[in-house]
Amino acid sequence: MSAEKLKLYQVGTFAVGNRLLDPEQRTVQARMERSNTLTSGHRACRGCGEALGARYALDAAMRATDGRLIAANATGCLEVFSTPYPESSWQLPWLHSLFGNAPAIASGIAAALKVKGRNDVRVIGQGGDGGTLDIGFACLSGMFERNDDVLYVCYDNEAYMNTGVQRSSATPPAARTANTKPLGDEPGNVFGQGKSAPLIAMAHEIPYVATATVADLHDLEDKIERAMEFHGARYVHILVPCPLGWGSEASETIKIARLAQETGLFPVFEAEAGEVVAVSPIRQRVSVEEYLRTQRRFAHLFGDPPRADVIAQLQSRADRNIRRFGLLAEEAA
Amino acid sequence: MRSQLEGSLAVAKAVALCRPEVISAYPISPQTHIVEALSDLVRTGELAPCEYLMVESEFGAMSAAIGASAAGARAYTATASQGLLYMAEALYNASGLGLPIVMTVANRAIGAPINIWNDHSDAMSQRDCGWIQLYAESNQHAVDLHVQAFRLAEELSLPVMVCMDGFVLTHAIEPVELPTQEQVDAFLPPFDPRQVLDPDDPVTIGAMVGPEAFAEVKYLMHAKQMQALDLIPDISGSFSQAFGRTSSGLVRTYRSADADTIVVALGSVLGTIEEVVDELRGEGERVGAVGITCFRPYPLEEIRAALRGARRVIVLEKAFAVGLGGIVGQNVRLALSGHAVSVYDTVAGLGGRPITRRTLRTLIADVLEERLEPDRLAFLDLDWKLVERELQRVSADPRSGPHAENILRDIGSVAASAHGGAR
Amino acid sequence: MFQVRIHGRGGQGVVTAAELLSVAAFLEDKHSQAFPMFGSERTGAPVVAFCRFSDQPIRLREPIVDPDALIVQDPTLLHQVDLFAGVGPESYLLLNTSRSLDELGIGEFLGTLRADRVLAVPATEFAREHVGKPLPNAALLGAFSALTQALSLDSVTAAIRDRFPGRIADGNVAAAQAAHDFAVVRRDEVIVHA
Repeated sequence: MSAEKLKLYQVGTFAVGNRLLDPEQRTVQARMERSNTLTSGHRACRGCGEALGARYALDAAMRATDGRLIAANATGCLEVFSTPYPESSWQLPWLHSLFGNAPAIASGIAAALKVKGRNDVRVIGQGGDGGTLDIGFACLSGMFERNDDVLYVCYDNEAYMNTGVQRSSATPPAARTANTKPLGDEPGNVFGQGKSAPLIAMAHEIPYVATATVADLHDLEDKIERAMEFHGARYVHILVPCPLGWGSEASETIKIARLAQETGLFPVFEAEAGEVVAVSPIRQRVSVEEYLRTQRRFAHLFGDPPRADVIAQLQSRADRNIRRFGLLAEEAA
Repeated sequence: MRSQLEGSLAVAKAVALCRPEVISAYPISPQTHIVEALSDLVRTGELAPCEYLMVESEFGAMSAAIGASAAGARAYTATASQGLLYMAEALYNASGLGLPIVMTVANRAIGAPINIWNDHSDAMSQRDCGWIQLYAESNQHAVDLHVQAFRLAEELSLPVMVCMDGFVLTHAIEPVELPTQEQVDAFLPPFDPRQVLDPDDPVTIGAMVGPEAFAEVKYLMHAKQMQALDLIPDISGSFSQAFGRTSSGLVRTYRSADADTIVVALGSVLGTIEEVVDELRGEGERVGAVGITCFRPYPLEEIRAALRGARRVIVLEKAFAVGLGGIVGQNVRLALSGHAVSVYDTVAGLGGRPITRRTLRTLIADVLEERLEPDRLAFLDLDWKLVERELQRVSADPRSGPHAENILRDIGSVAASAHGGAR
Repeated sequence: MFQVRIHGRGGQGVVTAAELLSVAAFLEDKHSQAFPMFGSERTGAPVVAFCRFSDQPIRLREPIVDPDALIVQDPTLLHQVDLFAGVGPESYLLLNTSRSLDELGIGEFLGTLRADRVLAVPATEFAREHVGKPLPNAALLGAFSALTQALSLDSVTAAIRDRFPGRIADGNVAAAQAAHDFAVVRRDEVIVHA
């Protein structure tokens, strides 16, 4: 897929400059005929990154599959706000079963389609970080290992948001959540070694793995469409800021997602069969502090006394990611 | 065709004849031979088209079956014991979503302590999850029940579990009449789902339902399951006509019409019970048996009718409600409320302890000669001396160690038992 | 009803032996039932398997407590497990051993049985010779047939061929035949002496 390099003129709302592009290169979102798979009327919070990410991802997937897509959704924010009984915002066949089994449900659907010879219909499994990385992890790994023909999308807002912001294995170190408050000695969430779902997915050597954020629409859509070119198990991990859980401004969701990438805290890359094949380089590197200041879940690091040591630890994690994935533009060339 | 084969293999062949389209398989003793045999049938092409998914857990197995069924495929899986518990959340999900999945449960005890042998604690633990529960008395019955189960499940749009005693039936080699593919095809039409995930007609399945509608939805589930009480005898009747043999639907009676004393049980133990009934009848005792084939929904009227006229009812069950008592016993008492009858709840066969003619005869004699009190939970064949010794040990020293270890040591210190190792 | 109880250790084909007997009985138009009593898959652990056959349908599901015939595939079980529980004076006893019955230290017990119903068979040796593996079950079934005459050797070999493919079946059938002939000779000797 060829890309047209543009100089984007940031106008405060971080417009993506679609009008400067060839019509063919505009995003799915810019088109009138987009599926609007997650249509309006859902009950997401204002500024919800997950609603944005789901709309972006599913419309791209629907375009790639000519509208022949079935979705399996884990329990979580997306499932809850999109289906307030008796209404539904979904415009595709959609099944919610349990919290921990979305990957297995998707595998079952894929098997049914295969046995019926419906190779025109594709399957997407989706869930949040909790449902994907914690409670659904065994099912996810099983689906990867069997190489079932499923694209699994994880909307990562870094905690169990729907139940009131509790910590998940995706919660970054030092973040405040309802059960990792900065009380006592610990400055918020523990500094563990983390759990990188994309790297774990790559370790399964599945055909395609990618990370993306809601800040770069073209990139996200391209990755979903690329994923749909493969058959077998595919995994896309999307960072979706949550204003409520992160304590950020609803209007800054996209900006914060961009900052996450530009600090190096959230590496954006693509991998095939277990090897990284492309990275989205950081154009203008940003210190983690600039990112952390946008979210009240890190406010205690700037309190009295400020925790420069913790911030430094976070910075070194970002540095490591940049080194590890070659994220700085010069290196990534 | 009549063959001499292992129960697991017979069931696998019966299931294959029902043309499942997606099988999700996770192994657990004593169900392993079933999923292995089905794998073979898929690999050789004898069962086709069929997707055989080797899943990562029983939770994965039931989940994949849910996804497959919701997408319009006839779905099947099998499990036992710990596996059934591990998929418990998914069981409720399947019944709540009204998906006609059929599952074999190779009845096995639930730990701790871990025990791989037969009893009914697994299925009984899930009796209220909304699945229809059928219990096979023999491998022939198991074969026949599976064929009927798919039809029942799909007509009602409700999942069905067919229970068969682990090892006792699954690993028993006995004669079985297997139907032909033509016969099964005539009896079981292709799966026509009530609701299906299809891009041509998108639906949202599995939305949250709040306080304003949940009770009604649940009531309707109950009402739907109750319909099985009419449908099962219907299907059983059709089965007889189609296959030329009777297959117990809800309840089966044996010499109970004029019996004073009736033994009620589920599953394979009924074979041994019938032998004892015949022996005692030969000695002039008016004894009979009632086998409950369909435990959920509970055929209350049929059981009441079958037990009418008895003065004594002995419920023999392979599980019990810890802290309360008999499970089948409670359910049977419900059917007998208002009747002047003594009910004896007896728990037997836990963890695979064999139920023998001898112990059954002793039980019945104890009842007839009033050595056993009705309304008190009895444990057949329990070694009370061992229990008392252990209780003394614990009261002398609360830290005397795990019960099982102490009891096994006790048994070891007595002569080794008949069949190899600890009893 | 004829009831057979087979003792051995995991990996010796005890369960298969019971299965073969039940198939042999089936081939003679009898009703039959075979089932094992064992633990988790593990070689070396004691295993018991049962087989009943009868002209009437079999409803009974209990372990065989009073066997008409007892087959012992592994004599090392002799003083470890209560092998002889329920064995009565009319029961048949078939022991896999190349030693003599006296050497096994069960002389007193043997005295309670009928001499023409007890037999020691070097089944493992027959198996090694004909099958190439120390799996004594087929040989023991051949000897069983001769000793008890409850099922014919033809039925036993048909069951073996039904269960095993080509060359493996051939070897097992040969072992069964050899053990059968061995048993016939001993059986006739005992009868002559009686």
